[in-house]
Amino acid sequence: MKVSLTVNGRRHDVDVAPNTLLVDVLRGRLGLTGTHVGCDTSQCGACTVHLDGRSVKSCTVLAAQVDGAAVTTIEGIGSPDALHPMQAAFRDCHALQCGFCTPGMIMSAIDLVQNVENLDERKVREGLEGNLCRCTGYHNIVKAVLNAAESM
Amino acid sequence: MYSFEYHRPESIAQATALRAEAEDAIYLAGGQTLIPTLKQRLAAPSDVIDLSRVPGLAGIELKSDCVVIGAMTRHAEVAASAEVARAIPALAFLAGEIGDAQVRNRGTLGGSVANSDPSADYPAAVIGLGATIVTDRRRIAADDFFHDLFETALEAGELLTAIEFPIAKRAAYCKFPNPASRYAVVGVFAADFGGKVRVGVTGAGPCAFRATAIEAALGKKLDAKSVDAVEIEYDRFNSDLHASAEYRANLVRVMAKRAVEKLLTA
Repeated sequence: MKVSLTVNGRRHDVDVAPNTLLVDVLRGRLGLTGTHVGCDTSQCGACTVHLDGRSVKSCTVLAAQVDGAAVTTIEGIGSPDALHPMQAAFRDCHALQCGFCTPGMIMSAIDLVQNVENLDERKVREGLEGNLCRCTGYHNIVKAVLNAAESM
Repeated sequence: MYSFEYHRPESIAQATALRAEAEDAIYLAGGQTLIPTLKQRLAAPSDVIDLSRVPGLAGIELKSDCVVIGAMTRHAEVAASAEVARAIPALAFLAGEIGDAQVRNRGTLGGSVANSDPSADYPAAVIGLGATIVTDRRRIAADDFFHDLFETALEAGELLTAIEFPIAKRAAYCKFPNPASRYAVVGVFAADFGGKVRVGVTGAGPCAFRATAIEAALGKKLDAKSVDAVEIEYDRFNSDLHASAEYRANLVRVMAKRAVEKLLTA
């Protein structure tokens, strides 16, 4: 079936089987491998992207469901020369160890900062419940999100 | 995932017709349960009918005595709704406790309730508030809706379109979440309708149910201590690696007491 979606501002028309996942289109068809697959069971959040502005797990969305929608991936929020404030905060705060969960963490954290008022440590920890860090480096991640919230 | 045909109907009539014609079709709401189930090959529908483009299935309407929430309304919308927060704050709170942020951005009220997962949060509020489930063909009282593990009063092809939640004088929801999945190991929703108290329990049994013995005790005296003397029968309670039936019975008591305490200070 034909699916049209806008990814990071660019429109793509792809022909997929109905049981294709959004994450497989992003990674396999469009080469956007910054979005990671960690658990593939909807728990770890490494595959988090923005769907029409809100964070979703792209391993738990069918490509068919996003026909006509706008998707933003980690590749779409900043560049090496001009990091997104959240990316800059993660770097400044040493908020990544192996880095595998980082794209999902950053996409969730951006949604959190944009949609939750008066963020504090508790709200950040609750807001990131859908993202697991296998290095258990949560402390600096929370610090980075709070720092980025100041500058966003 | 096994292969299936995908459909995106644009009306309730189209959706139900597709369902009737297909060999073994299933409705897709937010997909936060169905897609993981398909991925694990625990279900093999011939056709998946995506309800996301059916107009009129999403939205929140505040009426004089109830809040009507469309089946396709996402958990995040209920959690953030000023109307729900004003009319039934415990319901907005419950929606904000479901899963995690990403799940709440996709998951829907109708999908959750129609699935009757024994650990889902919404069924506790449906029972606790004595809600009415509206389908494409009839209205079903909450007390008649949940039948068993993943089994409801919905007939083949019947489409849940909205739920009407009566506005309680005050209400509260307390759950003991599984720390990994955030599902309710046990969750209790208590609602006071001015002398008449309803208590809905999720997580403990094969499906959500009314804790009538607790209701009776609270009817005599609306106080957390009233729950102490109630015997919680757990013959049919779930027992798994997360909690034994006996432990769940204790959680029902503790969560009920916390819900009552919260309700009294609401």
